[in-house]
Amino acid sequence: MNRRAWLMLLLPLLVAGCGKGRDERSLVRFWAMGREGEVVQELVRDFEELHPTIRVEVQQIPWTAAHEKLLTAHVGDSSPDLCQLGNTWIAEFVALHALEPLGDWVDRSTTITPRGFFPGIWDTNVIDGTPYGVPWYVDTRVLFYRKDVLAQAGYDAMPETWAEWRQAMTAVKRLAGKDGYAILLPTNEFSQPVIFGLQMNSPLVAENGTVGAFSKKPFRDAFAFYIGLFEDGLAPPVSNSEVSNLYQEFARGYFSMYVTGPWNLGEFERRLPPALADEWATAPLPGPGGIETGVSLAGGSSIVLFRSSERKEAAWKLIEYLSAPAQQLRFFALTGDLPARTESWQHESIASDPRITAFGEQLKRVVATPKIPEWEQIATRIMIRAEEAIRGSATIDEALEALDRDVDVILDKRRWLLEKRGLVPESPTDGDGDAS
Amino acid sequence: MRSHLEKRQRRAAWLFLAPALTLIGVFFFLPIVIGFALSLTDFDIYAIGSIDTVRFVGADNYQSTLGSGEFWNAFRNTAYFVFLGGPLSVIVSLAGAILVSGRLARFKEIFRTLYFAPVITTLVAVAVVWRSLYHPRYGLMNYALAKLGIPAIDWLGDPVWAMPAIVLMAVWKTFGYNMLIFVAGLISIPEELYEAAEVDGASAWQRVLHVTLPSLAPTFLFVSLITLIGYFQVFAEPYVMTQGGPVRSTVTLMLLMYEEGFRWWRMGNASAIAFLLFVITLVGTMIQLKLRKADPA
Repeated sequence: MNRRAWLMLLLPLLVAGCGKGRDERSLVRFWAMGREGEVVQELVRDFEELHPTIRVEVQQIPWTAAHEKLLTAHVGDSSPDLCQLGNTWIAEFVALHALEPLGDWVDRSTTITPRGFFPGIWDTNVIDGTPYGVPWYVDTRVLFYRKDVLAQAGYDAMPETWAEWRQAMTAVKRLAGKDGYAILLPTNEFSQPVIFGLQMNSPLVAENGTVGAFSKKPFRDAFAFYIGLFEDGLAPPVSNSEVSNLYQEFARGYFSMYVTGPWNLGEFERRLPPALADEWATAPLPGPGGIETGVSLAGGSSIVLFRSSERKEAAWKLIEYLSAPAQQLRFFALTGDLPARTESWQHESIASDPRITAFGEQLKRVVATPKIPEWEQIATRIMIRAEEAIRGSATIDEALEALDRDVDVILDKRRWLLEKRGLVPESPTDGDGDAS
Repeated sequence: MRSHLEKRQRRAAWLFLAPALTLIGVFFFLPIVIGFALSLTDFDIYAIGSIDTVRFVGADNYQSTLGSGEFWNAFRNTAYFVFLGGPLSVIVSLAGAILVSGRLARFKEIFRTLYFAPVITTLVAVAVVWRSLYHPRYGLMNYALAKLGIPAIDWLGDPVWAMPAIVLMAVWKTFGYNMLIFVAGLISIPEELYEAAEVDGASAWQRVLHVTLPSLAPTFLFVSLITLIGYFQVFAEPYVMTQGGPVRSTVTLMLLMYEEGFRWWRMGNASAIAFLLFVITLVGTMIQLKLRKADPA
């Protein structure tokens, strides 16, 4: 063999050797969704400078495809090390055994402690006593309303109980006339009836999350209050797509209250006419028995660590970095996403804006929706059955009984699994006996 | 002696067929069998976590699917799409074919290519363009309607108009393919038939009616069959244009199957829907074949 041939043989080895020498950093793959995935790149660059031995690869995934992509990645053994996960999805991925339990990691950590976060939000990450995610940013729903219209109706602040709130809505409706309404509760959203149910202390699902509790008294009362708002003409029976321009209609006085989330803070600022710039405000939700009962949804995203990851140490460092109060503030400035760390809320940029502090107030009273993998399917059924009751094609009781039947079918598998493990009494409230 | 030869020939034939048969078996029949087996179980998200939670449920998936409003809603939407879009597509492609192969037509190749272009264009790109055409306020469609004095239509936001809007787009996107098949059929009609008809004093319209259409009958059958089968499986158009909305008015059987399978991960149910769709398509095809046989025109 001549010299050239030897060289050709050795060259790849040399290159491989160089490659190894050049990049000994361990690679952490991080999937983040939508706008967050875009913005987090900036924070990650600083993290890499602080930790020269770690390289982070961020992959941006559109929200609409996130769920499918994560599931197929899990089945195909190609999950990332870290991922942003909507906190209502955690139960599902725990059922798949996809997530690393974080109990020990949190115990050992010097920067992450459950007390540093809003309790209701931290709780969404805890399944059967074990945390599986660290809250990244938070999300909940509060009341957006027109101060000027409410003042005209004789109220200088948002009432705190259901009864007073309803009176205020009636007064606003009187001002708005025949073609106007007091509040917009889009019929294609499940969040409204669910929030009212949680405010009445309904568990939504009972017996360890194996049967629906929708026709039981707490939820039934909440549902009757919700449907009543439509029956009395306080809310228009329309879906989101039937309101062509939400901001225009809000400015026009078609409705003066709207229950929505933090993403609309920026939208309202940008899209409302300048004359209304100071005429709208946000307030925590009223409750059936006063403001303490005015709970809302504990939403937002967490960062989770995958069980299959081979670089958990490095990945955990990134979680710690992203949930540090300073980074949380930076992330808020970049995206408008509300920080999950309570400490960050004392900062000027947040504490000085009453529209944001209403969210902070609400976040002290947030409740998780049932932490079971089937929750999203159940939520879809709630929406469909509620729409039937709103449109009058079913009575309140018919709609709720139908909903419980739907939910029992959805939860059948879970009931069977838990029965097998002895976590629910054998053959509980059996629907078959009643039906025959 | 002879039987020995026959045996050898037969063995050779099997040998030559083996690669093709293996491929068909592995990639066609095996998935069908697995799909059917899956449709008799409750394979779901828990089963991905640990396989021993799969239960055999017999015909339960079929029963619950057939008993659900969702399925029949999807069935109605699909039938609406097939029976509005199918005939429309066949008529448009036949008209297109007659136009581009007329004796007087010029630049035939260019027109054929132009009409065929939508077939090979990526659907997602097409959807972006059509969504802007359908835009309630800035779209070209409503601009044209306004010129005619017709009030604006919320094409994709109104449950009544969403499906017709998707049919229109689908017909535009697919008619070129059928047109080419019709063109091939037209070329094979002997010129003498037209000449004879002309000598007999038949007008151009009469020639289409009495020469072209009867001669095209076999092509017609083929085209309407593949259109029917294809349209029953409509998925991509509603998936990219409306995601099944508004108010589930554009959820088709395929879209429902996709949602069950890959959104909720209920593979058992999704497989059952797939088999029901197969049965529906089969019945549709058989009815169509029967009708053709009964009508020997």
